[in-house]
Amino acid sequence: DTFGIGRAALPEEIAAWDKDVRPDGTGLPVGSGDVLTGEEVFADQCAVCHGDFAEGVGNWPKLAGGADTLADDDPLKTVGSYWPYLSTTWDYVNRSMPFGNAQSLSPDEVYAIVAYILYSNDLVDDEFVLSNETFSEVTLPNHDGFILDDRLETEHSKWVGEPCMENCKDEVEVTMRAMVLDVTPEEDEPEPEDALEEVEAPIAEVATLDPELVAAGEKVFKKCKACHQVGEGAKNKTGPILNGIVGQAAGGVEGFKYSKALQAKADEGLVWTEDTLAAFLAKPKAFMKGTKMSFSGLRKEKDLAAITAYLASVDD
Amino acid sequence: ASPDPLITEVQPWASGLGDGVDAAPYGMPIEYEDDVVRRNVEWLTADTISSINFTPIHALDGTITPQGCAFERHHSGAIELKKEDYRLMINGMVDQPLVFTYADLERFPRENHVYFCECAANTGMEWAGAQLNGAQFTHGMIHNMEYTGVPLRTLLEEAGYDTAGKWVYVEGADASSNGRSIPMEKALDDVLVAFKANGEALRKEHGYPVRLVVPGWEGNMWVKWIRRIEVANAPVESREETSKYTDVLANGVARKWTWEMDAKSVVTSPSPQAPISHGKGPLVISGLAWSGRGAIKRVDVSVDGGKTWQTARLAKPGEKMALTRFYLDTEWNGEEMLLQSRAMDETGYVQPTKAQLREVRGLNSIYHNNCIQTWLVRANGEAENVEVS
Repeated sequence: DTFGIGRAALPEEIAAWDKDVRPDGTGLPVGSGDVLTGEEVFADQCAVCHGDFAEGVGNWPKLAGGADTLADDDPLKTVGSYWPYLSTTWDYVNRSMPFGNAQSLSPDEVYAIVAYILYSNDLVDDEFVLSNETFSEVTLPNHDGFILDDRLETEHSKWVGEPCMENCKDEVEVTMRAMVLDVTPEEDEPEPEDALEEVEAPIAEVATLDPELVAAGEKVFKKCKACHQVGEGAKNKTGPILNGIVGQAAGGVEGFKYSKALQAKADEGLVWTEDTLAAFLAKPKAFMKGTKMSFSGLRKEKDLAAITAYLASVDD
Repeated sequence: ASPDPLITEVQPWASGLGDGVDAAPYGMPIEYEDDVVRRNVEWLTADTISSINFTPIHALDGTITPQGCAFERHHSGAIELKKEDYRLMINGMVDQPLVFTYADLERFPRENHVYFCECAANTGMEWAGAQLNGAQFTHGMIHNMEYTGVPLRTLLEEAGYDTAGKWVYVEGADASSNGRSIPMEKALDDVLVAFKANGEALRKEHGYPVRLVVPGWEGNMWVKWIRRIEVANAPVESREETSKYTDVLANGVARKWTWEMDAKSVVTSPSPQAPISHGKGPLVISGLAWSGRGAIKRVDVSVDGGKTWQTARLAKPGEKMALTRFYLDTEWNGEEMLLQSRAMDETGYVQPTKAQLREVRGLNSIYHNNCIQTWLVRANGEAENVEVS
């Protein structure tokens, strides 16, 4: 008894969406990638949040380390120390990463990235090649570290029945207070009127941009795309819109909540020129202690020149 | 006493005119209620895209959560997906893999149910000690809405599911590809493919146009923007069911498949964000109770940190997997209180203390903290989040 609603799903449609991979490798496409290639792809695609060595940047997830810490006070749960199945890593990288540019990696790139994550966790050597064929050779260390939910036996059997109503304990003492840690978010104070005064932005110098440099900058900008949007229809995401950022007063994007550090610089009159941007992007945390931009920085001069040229080309 | 000018003098609103009917075609709360909003805790996550915020439960009453202040949790941001662009696929172990449009879903017989949705991490910051000062922050990863939708069972039958398929894998359309494996038994029982909440379309942040509703089970399984349902003979073991939403015990071994949300309650008023402002005399103590394993049967309240308990009044008899409002209509003598509530559900389970939970699980579970909460209410009426012996 069916309603006859809906239509048959076509094989191409199922193939496009049914991409999940099971612990036994079911669902893996043909392909391969080695650790050294993985290191490069990882540096390009993943390191902005996860660090060059998968050690994590700021509050973003650490993917490596933490071996034998699960019984510690503050366990470090990474692919190496906690994840039970390699398939989960492959599947997650393939379908959900990079953050802000998901489903853009080729199968070979995913194999390479996962090989590098294994290497970062000291689980394979630097000559390892991960492929649909070598996949089953890898067993993650915490494979047997899980039990099925046993709350009914270990908890519910104890915590049933008529509870105590009177004389349940002799004394009660306060043993811990939230005030001690006090990590509750504070309400924002209303901004004083004069803080809303318009900051007069200097008129940006009209310079001719080198199209090659701009094109190179667009490639470098991939590193920024996880958090920043540019162009028509751009929206504030983890980071503010960057349209017309060159020549703009810092902290000026409407509707974006800046860090206290950036707001302070903005109040001092910081303007984003190609020079100040380059200085910021070379070492964000050094240029602005307390910035919430978790990017670790561009090391190459030519990348800095390219990115600032590209940003200068993106109009309001 | 001098006469109250608010009564004796003609006020502007009693003489002038208010807004016309079209001032707000879709209304927002009046400006005087602008503190009743979702709030987040910035240090919890790296950014606000893959993050969570909290329902202002301290400022609400009754049980239904307005959509506009119901907590949000995204893994890759709240996407904009039009009804016209919406597709739902059923594949895997079925006679006929199918694709439904939004309009298709509206042609199946539909049901209405009120259910709570609680994030498994609700109260998760309190394992190691009292941390956050406010019911919104300690217990606000929860909302309770009336859902309209099609039973998942109906769609599985439409595709002709194979009875050898013991699992369904459900997946969202957003970039996080959030996916969870659900046992077929639950899928056939009470899971809804929902498109309305509290009578109107789902909000963007709650999965517009279609989300999954998995009554009583952790919020992460309520996949938003649901696009695919695969019948399978084994679980996928996705990221969200292995590396996250698993509970590490003190010995380092982790529990997995901890789907049900156990019985829990919290006093929402008085509480740190809702102090007593009226001094001694009649006082309404109020809060919420819920259980993922059935209906709430009883809630007890203690004002002395658990030495003695009084049974509270339930506003309505508890309903399965839905929030229950309780009241203790009492007299406050103006002295300090250590305020607690303790829920019991229809299975006979009694909400445990923090000490009881820690004894079994240690401090590192993160998820499924359903301990009894204590508020220290001082003589001045202000309240603080504390732990007691």
